[in-house]
Amino acid sequence: MSDTGIGAAVRRKEDFRFLTGKGHYTDDINRPGQAYAYFLRSPHAFARIRKIDTAAAKAAPGVIAVYTGADTNAAKVGSLPCGWVVTGKSGEPHKAPAHPPLAVDTVRYVGDHVAVVIAESRAQAKDAAEKIAVDYDVLKPVISVTDAAKPGAPQVHADVPGNICYDWEIGDKAATDAAFAKATHVTKLDLVNNRLIPNAMEPRAAICEYDSGVDSYTCFVTNQNPHVLKLILCAFVLGLSESKLRVVAPDVGGGFGSKIYCYAEETVLLWASKHVGRPIKWAAERSESFLSDAHGRDHVTHAELALDKDGKFLGFRVATLANVGSYLSTFATAVPSYLYATLLAGQYTTPAIHAEVKTVFTNTAPVDAYRGAGRPEATYVLERIVEVAARETGIDRAEIRRRNFVPPDAFPYQTPVALAYDSGNYAAALDLALKHADYKGFAARKVEAEKRGRLRGIGLSCYIEACGIAPSAVVGALGAGVGLWESGQVRFNPTGSVTIHTGAHSHGQGHETTFAQLVSDTLGVPIENIEVVHGDTDKVPFGMGTYGSRSLAVGGSAIMRACDKIITKGKKIAAHLMEAAVEDVEFSKGVFKVSGTDKNVSMQQVAFTAYVPHNYPEGLEPGLDETAFYDPLNFTFPAGTHVAQAEIDPQTGVTEVVNWVAVDDFGNVINPLIVEGQVHGGIAQGIGQALLEGCVYDPESGQLLTGSFMDYCMPRADDLPSFKVDTTKTPCPHNPLGVKGCGEAGAIAAPPALINAVTDALGIMHMEMPATREKVWRAARSGPLKRAAE
Amino acid sequence: MPTVSMTVNGKSVSRDIEDRTLLVEFLRDHLGLTGTHVGCDTSQCGACVVHIDGKSVKSCTMLAVQAEGVTVTTIEGLATDGKLHPMQEAFREHHGLQCGFCTPGMVMSAVDLVKRHPNPSEETIRHGLEGNICRCTGYHNIVRAVQAAATNMRG
Ligand code: FES
Ligand code: FES
Repeated sequence: MSDTGIGAAVRRKEDFRFLTGKGHYTDDINRPGQAYAYFLRSPHAFARIRKIDTAAAKAAPGVIAVYTGADTNAAKVGSLPCGWVVTGKSGEPHKAPAHPPLAVDTVRYVGDHVAVVIAESRAQAKDAAEKIAVDYDVLKPVISVTDAAKPGAPQVHADVPGNICYDWEIGDKAATDAAFAKATHVTKLDLVNNRLIPNAMEPRAAICEYDSGVDSYTCFVTNQNPHVLKLILCAFVLGLSESKLRVVAPDVGGGFGSKIYCYAEETVLLWASKHVGRPIKWAAERSESFLSDAHGRDHVTHAELALDKDGKFLGFRVATLANVGSYLSTFATAVPSYLYATLLAGQYTTPAIHAEVKTVFTNTAPVDAYRGAGRPEATYVLERIVEVAARETGIDRAEIRRRNFVPPDAFPYQTPVALAYDSGNYAAALDLALKHADYKGFAARKVEAEKRGRLRGIGLSCYIEACGIAPSAVVGALGAGVGLWESGQVRFNPTGSVTIHTGAHSHGQGHETTFAQLVSDTLGVPIENIEVVHGDTDKVPFGMGTYGSRSLAVGGSAIMRACDKIITKGKKIAAHLMEAAVEDVEFSKGVFKVSGTDKNVSMQQVAFTAYVPHNYPEGLEPGLDETAFYDPLNFTFPAGTHVAQAEIDPQTGVTEVVNWVAVDDFGNVINPLIVEGQVHGGIAQGIGQALLEGCVYDPESGQLLTGSFMDYCMPRADDLPSFKVDTTKTPCPHNPLGVKGCGEAGAIAAPPALINAVTDALGIMHMEMPATREKVWRAARSGPLKRAAE
Repeated sequence: MPTVSMTVNGKSVSRDIEDRTLLVEFLRDHLGLTGTHVGCDTSQCGACVVHIDGKSVKSCTMLAVQAEGVTVTTIEGLATDGKLHPMQEAFREHHGLQCGFCTPGMVMSAVDLVKRHPNPSEETIRHGLEGNICRCTGYHNIVRAVQAAATNMRG
């Protein structure tokens, strides 16, 4: 391995600009003559709009224009679409009520967009928005998913009876019922997957402008998949030709899913920029992010696991209500169905599984993918119920898992819930994790902690996830509106440096380094001579963006295919230069050689010749610039075991995470430094979900009670431990790099591991997330009693 | 409009501004120093931390007029002659940043922390950076970076 090639912990190329304050995030960009937008948002969770009076706002200092839903409606600005059709049990597609970017006659959540003010300064726009008089007829909202699913609940949309978006199922119900009939033990569990607010540190922002000279638009925006945003805005919302819009997602300060979507703000800005004739900038205040970024999770689930006398899982039955919020966000329908229930087999051979999912509209912000998207919810259900089953049956928590693992020789493994796992060795990860965590020594540590007045618990989570989204034909058959391949372009410049264009988008993942490593290693170009370009639809051929831990498995594979094409063409040029037959030319480490001789030419020479083709193979096109599109053959399935150990102070309810071991199988690893960083970040978000974070709306009024960092508890440095991170390796057999995907693993694995540890410490079966100090303190006080009663 | 004057990254600057202009807005919008970020509206996240007369301050929590006459250092002013400050160098070496959005504030806070605690324990670092939120890194590598920088800064 070279020190900059595949497998090396290369220090990131992008860091210099970030460390010196030279990043270009959307709000850092200014366009000549720009105006500023401010959105007036609904203060009510549910209300009819009787009248909006904008006269005073229009007359306010600096105001250029004020628009409401009446204006965008009259201009035929379309509804914001949901890009994935889920077909329910009845054979009907999901209900997709209209989602106007500015509310037309009804507001459906606190933060819904009522009007936009465009003014000479941010402050003037905001001041003027206060002068808009809206006459609301306030309605009774419905907030929780269980309330919304009840008969007689307030109807969020008149055209969605019973608030049900879809009622869907997967798996074999009859086989599952039969499995339960044979069971010697059934474990049952009700649990909530708490609603989260993503809170990437960079708030959403956009600058949109219209160039009348060429009749085209540019949109700078905080987004994870600029090409898809462009497609949606052009084809579905604004009715533009795709050649008339350039979307640029420059440096983006974190996404975690929340910046995948097409939001109202950039839509309205883009439309308004033509009317106003000036670039318009908008940047969310954090309060607006809380209200209007797509939230995550929010499931209520009943699960039942059937076991035989030896603790083998016979059947698994799950019924989930999932909140989609007030309107369908771009991928809202896919998350609680295909990204959730298909993962319910976990690492286990459970032969019969049946899951039913009802998605429900409520008067809350839209809910969509948040780091892990469906897979954390599945893992939480499964790894919690397995833990409870272990406690009920008295089988050791590691042993019960081991007994049920898909064995290493069973791959490819077809689960009863649609997916076919590609490769894995689950016991290897479990064993290594238990070793790192000194599982055998736990009992002694528990006793020792008790002497200090602390309750110590240990929790396991053996997770699996589906990454590398996704084979286009498969997702197409499941209702996706797009293909999920990726493009990669490798362009040699005449002097031998390389520019890579990728359709993946980096918002913290370090693609500028990882992708450069691939090309440096494959083509023998020094890494400092390689630049990665992403995030600009005018530069990159096309792309599907970054989410679902797909960038390396799919985007990296596309780049590798482009490298193959470069080598194939390079061989023809080299053969000509060396006066040899093409078949005799070998390529390795940046040098073309005639096999068995010392005749050689460098990659650099070949690149130069391609652009200055004075002495060149007849009939061959000049240039050395190759593009490949890669469509994966399957998802890929990283898996592993996390072990959490926590100590609780029963006097205060404070839970301290004292030890964390993560052993993940990501297949081949290109840059271990970056991979570890991804794992750390994911665990932190998972610990946040388990202990600290929870989005709370007032159940009566629908006001967001956790609307700032003062009320929504983000994990801070002193809430978290250091992490022990290690890997095992079963390469992905179906992509050229053998890589799996690491971006979401921590967020998927961590919540059940920690709740298993907390409930173990307290001696209780279950506690809902977040396990706040108050809840833990109460449980610690009533714990012994409860334990006696059980 | 009041006029405000101060020294920013070694240069004297003077501008006429609206009274309500926050220091962070002054830096970003009036001086074009966009390395200092805004991550919240409740003084919680620390993305906006700069040094005022050598001490770390959340620049969203102060009016620009309150900074009359002070010396401000922003992230753009931390490296000298193109050479990264040891804290910046350590963040790079230990992968203490991912999306980079929290990074300027995190680095400025960490520099001040190490000035006050030249040999900080992990606990001191975690506690000292409690006012800076990072959503990407899980803080693990930030802690390593600050430890390493402290060692290097002690020389
Ligand atoms: S911007 Fe969040 S603390 Fe200043
Ligand atoms: S690196 Fe992204 S928020 Fe810290």
